[in-house]
Amino acid sequence: MSKLEKVLYGNRLKPFLFLVGLILMLPFVVKSSYIFTILILIGIYSIVTLGLCLLIGYAGQISLGHAAFFGIGAYTSGVLTTSFQLSPWLALVIGMVTTFFIAYLIGIPILKLKGHFLALATLGINIIFYILILGLNQLTGGAAGLIGIPSLSLFGLPLTDKLFFYFFVWTAALLVLLLSLNIVRSHVGRVLRSIHDSEIATETLGVKVENYKVAIFALSAAFASLAGSMYAHYITFVAPPTFYITKSILFLIMVMVGGAGSVWGAILGTTVIMFLNEIIRFVGHTYFGISGEVEIVVYGLIIILIMMFLPKGLMHVISKPIQKLKQKKKVKIKSHKDMISQKGV
Amino acid sequence: MSKLLEVRGLTKQFGGVTAVSEISFDVGAGEIVAVIGPNGAGKTTLFNMISCFLSPTNGEAYFKGNKLTGQKIPQLAHLGIARTFQNLQIFHNLTVLENVMMGAHVKLKTNVVNAAFRLPRILKDERIAYDLALDAIHLVGLEELMFEQAGQLSYGLQKQLEFARAIVYKPDFIMLDEPMAGLNDYETNRMAGYIKKLKSEGISFLFVEHKMATVMELADRIIVLDFGKKIAEGTPDEIQQNAKVIAAYLGEEVV
Repeated sequence: MSKLEKVLYGNRLKPFLFLVGLILMLPFVVKSSYIFTILILIGIYSIVTLGLCLLIGYAGQISLGHAAFFGIGAYTSGVLTTSFQLSPWLALVIGMVTTFFIAYLIGIPILKLKGHFLALATLGINIIFYILILGLNQLTGGAAGLIGIPSLSLFGLPLTDKLFFYFFVWTAALLVLLLSLNIVRSHVGRVLRSIHDSEIATETLGVKVENYKVAIFALSAAFASLAGSMYAHYITFVAPPTFYITKSILFLIMVMVGGAGSVWGAILGTTVIMFLNEIIRFVGHTYFGISGEVEIVVYGLIIILIMMFLPKGLMHVISKPIQKLKQKKKVKIKSHKDMISQKGV
Repeated sequence: MSKLLEVRGLTKQFGGVTAVSEISFDVGAGEIVAVIGPNGAGKTTLFNMISCFLSPTNGEAYFKGNKLTGQKIPQLAHLGIARTFQNLQIFHNLTVLENVMMGAHVKLKTNVVNAAFRLPRILKDERIAYDLALDAIHLVGLEELMFEQAGQLSYGLQKQLEFARAIVYKPDFIMLDEPMAGLNDYETNRMAGYIKKLKSEGISFLFVEHKMATVMELADRIIVLDFGKKIAEGTPDEIQQNAKVIAAYLGEEVV
């Protein structure tokens, strides 16, 4: 059986171990606290983009509103721990569950929309959320934001230490990656890709397409909420601009640049965009004396170039030569009796 | 012969146009019924009403005594009805094997939760899907292309793939919308062969087709539509002699 999976979807252990190795090794190499912060943020944003990749790349449903779900997580954690003195862990779980149900309820009507209409509807959700956190200033602190959010601590070990938090975030990201890989490499993964290709044919085969779309939407929202809670506890301060549609678009660009067709692409895209972001800011500031959000201009250019020349994203560029190398091996396994004798083992 | 599908007075009006008017017929178990008629006769509309893609203005269809009209599309597969499309609907970005494995959906219990945590059920399901898919792939002889992307296949092979995907879960009743359209003679003969083979296993078919030779060869009974009305029903021999049918296809003599 495992052989069938490998033939269909390739190896997953090797890239996974490679990523784990990389994560364990980086703290020894990277000494700069500044870069460490970026690595932590990459971990946090990867959790969002992994979920988004399932939704966009696999199920083919666009969302321009995931910053709202990211924000629901962050604000649930923030409000519950500051105003109600709840345990940050409990707040994190409450945030995820709440976001899941909110997204599920929103998903039922809006996922009936397709393409541009769905994009606009999700954009609307993001704007509604933004207005709500600005307006409900009794709870959220309005435009001034919410300060004094406590840090997380694990078994009495304060995660204020960057190294601990780094490992904590990446453990969570790896777990989310594992869940996503399990989904993608199963019948559900095929169902999602089928929905992407032809909804009508998928329905004819007996799949309740609505349920799958809504479930994946809610799941990706719950992932975003988890990331949001971590973000709130890491930065210990949240303010509305972090959760505006520009952030949603940023998440989308991360997924697109990495390659929406692969969950690995989500992590790659997040990493590339985060470092690019810093480079643009640094170059813009020191050489051109520009302050403010210049990166937005460059993002626009990047997304146009990626869509024109690399519509399948960076991951495709990396994985293609590897697959070509393996092609010769594959032909041997392809012999039919070989596969049948292996199945069910 | 027991009745599998019963169609009772199906009517569809689009605005002021009556596309299908008061059509009734039955399909028995193990029977092949063809629907023919000139272009625009309402064949596909009739088809879409039976398979719940369109809701009829009037009338109902029953399958094994269950009312079909008003059901949701996914429910049909669970009842044992499969269908293909006139304008091919295959999953271009999936491999041939994955396409066919999708057809096993109604036999599987995989959902998002047990897939995410990789519970034992998943492995069992993958095996069921693979076994069933392999049978269907063997039938249509696509073994060599199992790992190719479906979108890269030729049109004829894609038609065979769609057929294979429809039969994976061993439905009792298969609806084919122009299964031979765009196929060459060799491919048409192969497709007819598959249909005959499945008929011998007790599966019933309802199909729309323009290639008369194939229709006459395959069908047990033929229903002829013209301008939305049923003008004739009978065995291939009866239909070939029917004056109304000849008039519909060749035009009437104006005297």
